[in-house]
Amino acid sequence: MPARVNLAYQYDGSFEGFLSCVFESFEKQEIPSAIFAEEPEQLSLCPVRFIETDQSRALRVLASIPKKISPHAQETVQVCFLSNHPQKELLLLGFLRQGYRFGAAVENRLADPTVNAVMKAVKFVYNESHLIKEFLRFSDFGGVLVSIIHPKNFVLPFIQPHFCGRYPNESFFIYDATHKTALAYRPHEWKYLAVDSFTMPEKGEEEAFYRRLWKQYYDTIAVEGRYNPRCRMGHMPKRYWADMTEFQDDGELAPSPDFLKTVSAAPKIEGSTVKQP
Amino acid sequence: MDMLEKLKILSDSAKYDVACTSSGVDRGNPGDGIGSAVSCGICHSFAADGRCISLLKVLMTNYCVYDCQYCVNRRTNDVPRAAFTPRELADLTISFYRRNYIEGLFISSGVIRNPDYTCEQMIAAVKILREEYRFYGYIHAKAIPGADEALITRLGMLVDRMSVNIEMPSQQSLRLLAPDKSKESILKPMGLIKNRIQENSTDLVRYRHTPKFAPAGQSTQMIIGATPDSDYQILNLTEGLYQKYRLKRVFFSAYMPVVQNPLLPSPDSKPPLLREHRLYQADWLLRFYGFKAAELLDESHQSFNPLVDPKCNWALNHLEQFPVEVNRCSYSMLLRVPGIGVNSAKRIVTARKAGALDFSGLKRLGVVLKRAQYFITCKGKLADGLKITQDGMLRNLISQQGLSLVRQELPQTYEQLSLFSSGKITAEEVRQCLPASI
Repeated sequence: MPARVNLAYQYDGSFEGFLSCVFESFEKQEIPSAIFAEEPEQLSLCPVRFIETDQSRALRVLASIPKKISPHAQETVQVCFLSNHPQKELLLLGFLRQGYRFGAAVENRLADPTVNAVMKAVKFVYNESHLIKEFLRFSDFGGVLVSIIHPKNFVLPFIQPHFCGRYPNESFFIYDATHKTALAYRPHEWKYLAVDSFTMPEKGEEEAFYRRLWKQYYDTIAVEGRYNPRCRMGHMPKRYWADMTEFQDDGELAPSPDFLKTVSAAPKIEGSTVKQP
Repeated sequence: MDMLEKLKILSDSAKYDVACTSSGVDRGNPGDGIGSAVSCGICHSFAADGRCISLLKVLMTNYCVYDCQYCVNRRTNDVPRAAFTPRELADLTISFYRRNYIEGLFISSGVIRNPDYTCEQMIAAVKILREEYRFYGYIHAKAIPGADEALITRLGMLVDRMSVNIEMPSQQSLRLLAPDKSKESILKPMGLIKNRIQENSTDLVRYRHTPKFAPAGQSTQMIIGATPDSDYQILNLTEGLYQKYRLKRVFFSAYMPVVQNPLLPSPDSKPPLLREHRLYQADWLLRFYGFKAAELLDESHQSFNPLVDPKCNWALNHLEQFPVEVNRCSYSMLLRVPGIGVNSAKRIVTARKAGALDFSGLKRLGVVLKRAQYFITCKGKLADGLKITQDGMLRNLISQQGLSLVRQELPQTYEQLSLFSSGKITAEEVRQCLPASI
């Protein structure tokens, strides 16, 4: 095992950049005390070395994982990299070092602190993806379904097959405000967009009506005699509530009773600054 | 009547139905419609009572010709009545589904005119969803007891899960409180559904594209605490239902006193939530932990211990089988250790392939050592500094969740329980919870 050195690696935040750091660590026979992505003015107590992203080095590391460890370990590394663990790079470096030593069995070493932390980060990504599938709410704006989410992990790749498969003939737009990335879908094609900021457009009358119906349903379905707010919070953490229709205050947007006849075209999406990455 | 009011009435009368699961069937969308189903199920929200909202749970109508004493929709109760048309219900379901509010529809109904007519209305609504909208999401339908077999079969071909509520845990209770229903009228459709599912599964082997009958299976629910039936009777009935009728789930519903009736608990009594909680714990032990009902309760122990959960209670009564060595004992035995669940047992089995486990490793795997420490050894050793004393053990084995329910429901025990902080316990409580061997 090479020595831990008083040195931090810095890279560009890409997966290839991280793999280049792994390459560097093996080439120089050293384990850095920290690896961090390019972030403005990060204070560090130790000297920092910037690692250039090198595609050929990254590919060599990537190809070695299924060959020397296992294809499943490659998935583990990729998923963990999308997590919000503050030290995911250093953890993954430790995981890979153990992987090259123990092979596929590294994923059995659940009681090892490093492997355990990697597995927990992976589990968090999958769990949060599931929670977003549950708690994501669309609003209809002129036939386009729009949603804003604030996940901790980068979950879009994990929810994309679910929503594209579920609404094949709808058009929808999911904006991940934490990572400033959007998933845009229209029948049979989808893509990720880098979007700096996005605000929901004004709600139409039909949308307001269904929001009211849903909120009323949500309030009615609870049995008063069993009121149990802790149980609810356990299943549905409060940080997701802000994006959920049932907890949003729409003010008094009362639609007229025969709204369905009057509603013709709801407003189109405006006010978004969409640019291709 | 406008939609807002209608939905309020019909969801309000449906809320006492417990089942709101959307699990058990995996179905993609071939691209010509809307929706899909995933076998793990998706809960879209949680109501203020902490229960999952997965499906749009409504009644087709709350008009009812029956007069079941425990039910808010009984004929003689003066409540506002409403009915959806099949079209209204289908449109509402799709509008909610598009917005990702729900995973599908749970449709039940009061009996309007007669069971056949009611069932036809439900079929009409589900047909619009499946055939017009090409809806591939989840649908759970309640079979209406007394409806024609052909109608129930048709409904079953369109939906994912069917259920018949058994309502009361015994025939005497049923006769007393639901005079228009009989054990036979409930068990008959249940048996019918079971047989159709079985026939269908052999057909599926023969012809791959045969339409599926209720692919997510069948469930039921019963009311707890409205009648004097004991936990022992209820648990045995549950086990019987799983075995004889191949049910996917049995749900328990603590009786909410909604009406003043000399046959029922008074309206100001509290719902027996702790009892319901213990029954669910035992239900899990039956379904996932390999326990038999007879191991948990017997003739001389008719009800669950209010202080410790059923698994702990079993372990305390079978101390001769403990401690077990986590690095060597079988998966099925690991499942029987208090503080080790299905997930942590699986992790232990995986992790011990890579090397012997110690207590700090177990903690990392998610084992609740506070409870498990009394029942396991690691590499032949008990946990460091473990003292086995009656009150220490009891304090660690009582779950906080159970304790808060005990306090809510049995205010008179509050005084005794508060003595725990000073480390003293009445001899009576110890006798209740611990076998003589400690």
